[in-house]
Amino acid sequence: MLSIKNLSKTFHPGTVNEVKVLQDICCLVEEGSFVVLVGSNGSGKSSLLNAIAGVFYCDSGQILLDGRNIARLPEHRRAAWIGRVFQNPFTGTAPGMSIAENLSLASKRGGRRGLGPALSAAALADFREKLRPLNMGLEDRLHSPIGKLSGGQRQALTLLMASLRKPRLLLLDEHTAALDPTTAARVVHLTGEIVRNGGITAMMVTHSMQQAARMGDRLLMLHRGKIIHDFSGQEKQQLKAADMAGLFEEVRKKELIDPAAARLLQSRYV
Amino acid sequence: MTLLIGALTVGLILALLALGTYISFRIFHFPDITAEGSLTLGAAVSASLIVMHVNPLLTCLMAFFAGSLAGICTAIIHTRFKINGLLSGILVMTALYTVNLHVMGKSNVSLSNTPSVFSVCQPGIACFSDQSGFRVLGWFVNGMEFFMLIFNLLLIVGFTLLLFWFFRTNTGTAMRATGDNQQMIRALGVDTSLMIMLGLGLSNGLIALSGALLAQYQGFSDVQMGIGMLVWGLASVIIGDALVDSKSLGFLLTGAVLGSVIFRLLVAVALQWGLDPNDLKLITAVFVLAALVLPGMIGKMKKKGGAC
Repeated sequence: MLSIKNLSKTFHPGTVNEVKVLQDICCLVEEGSFVVLVGSNGSGKSSLLNAIAGVFYCDSGQILLDGRNIARLPEHRRAAWIGRVFQNPFTGTAPGMSIAENLSLASKRGGRRGLGPALSAAALADFREKLRPLNMGLEDRLHSPIGKLSGGQRQALTLLMASLRKPRLLLLDEHTAALDPTTAARVVHLTGEIVRNGGITAMMVTHSMQQAARMGDRLLMLHRGKIIHDFSGQEKQQLKAADMAGLFEEVRKKELIDPAAARLLQSRYV
Repeated sequence: MTLLIGALTVGLILALLALGTYISFRIFHFPDITAEGSLTLGAAVSASLIVMHVNPLLTCLMAFFAGSLAGICTAIIHTRFKINGLLSGILVMTALYTVNLHVMGKSNVSLSNTPSVFSVCQPGIACFSDQSGFRVLGWFVNGMEFFMLIFNLLLIVGFTLLLFWFFRTNTGTAMRATGDNQQMIRALGVDTSLMIMLGLGLSNGLIALSGALLAQYQGFSDVQMGIGMLVWGLASVIIGDALVDSKSLGFLLTGAVLGSVIFRLLVAVALQWGLDPNDLKLITAVFVLAALVLPGMIGKMKKKGGAC
């Protein structure tokens, strides 16, 4: 279970480039739930995932994972409980190393690594079994370098790697955004399977309204570093892509009204 | 024959430098110029201690640790203070120049008539022949020189196997991944700063050991002996890559060792033919530049040819 309390982060404070990416965020993610995060560019959805993963430290607030405050732990320590898949297929895997080596690295996520052999016969057999359900023929290419794989294959592999050791929390940061529609659909399908079968608690950022409507059991919409909508249960199930587009439009209009109103006031009273 | 054996021996001693350079240049993808300081540091530490009658083998160990320490300094400057890797190396290399002078107390230390790690070869010669040498295909071979060659060969084979083993363990794999994709390996729970520290420590330890052996072999250590050594190491690694033409770790490590030996042989032949030793560093630098630039240029020309 993840509990976020009053989490705030401002980049470049006190300068013209000041950005309040997270403003007093509070939310509770139940064990086994699948949360979808949506929002326009710069709304803070990716920042929220990065804050949880420890890419940067927040200015204030707590991140409680299973009751333990991880807000001050460095990224590599939090990795013991958190699995991640990134937007860029190149980010999640080591391109110069083989499929087997990448899986081996992932199988030791957050554990002691020591001086045992990375690729034992037992480990290789295990990796082959784990790769088979992907249906990509990767189980026969254990020793070929990741650099030879397509983006879709890499994302599927990164998903597998993130869940190889069951994480307490899986963070998916627009992990299908860089893929073509067919491949994206496959990775989405795989995501659903891995999350559901593993009973994994997951948070997913997406720009695709279809994905947001179809996946997950809860939806958070962020805007300017704040959670502005929170749908769960029945409400989330009935939410359609079109409804979400409407919500986005509403936000956009509000944005437009502010400067227009300011100009109006200015012309009247100044 | 003496010339050939000499060149092979120095080539093997410098193979440790090549292995160290392989770690910084190929695994962490930055040419760690600390090498030039740590090679001299190894030589300085070993020579100064030998003069003080410390066991030569022990001085090699001390040299390794001194070099590691230098590498760790570079790694800390680079990771903790976010200084560019090349600049971190330059800072430590410059500082080491003074350190080396202080370690030796002067700009060079002579090791004539002192024991060396190669002294272990002497009993071997005694049981092999009662003369100071023997004949191979009519060539006279100095026994001491020959046994030093064998000693170094065994040493390098040992270190290459050790590195081959290490880079295939879980920690070694994590270290290679740190050089390949830092963001990914951090997300998998590896402290990348620690890995860079360990890696550069190992790299510079090997390079310092190379310096210690070189000083003992040539009979002196000099504060200038590290100059140009990184490029030398790069040349060895690059020749090795071309030689084995493989991405597999074992081949690449072996390639670096072979590259060092072959490069030393080439240099020995060139010097024998009357190459001015003063021109050596320029030629080495041009060679490395060509090896870095040419593959890309040839690739481009091939592409252009294909388009027409």
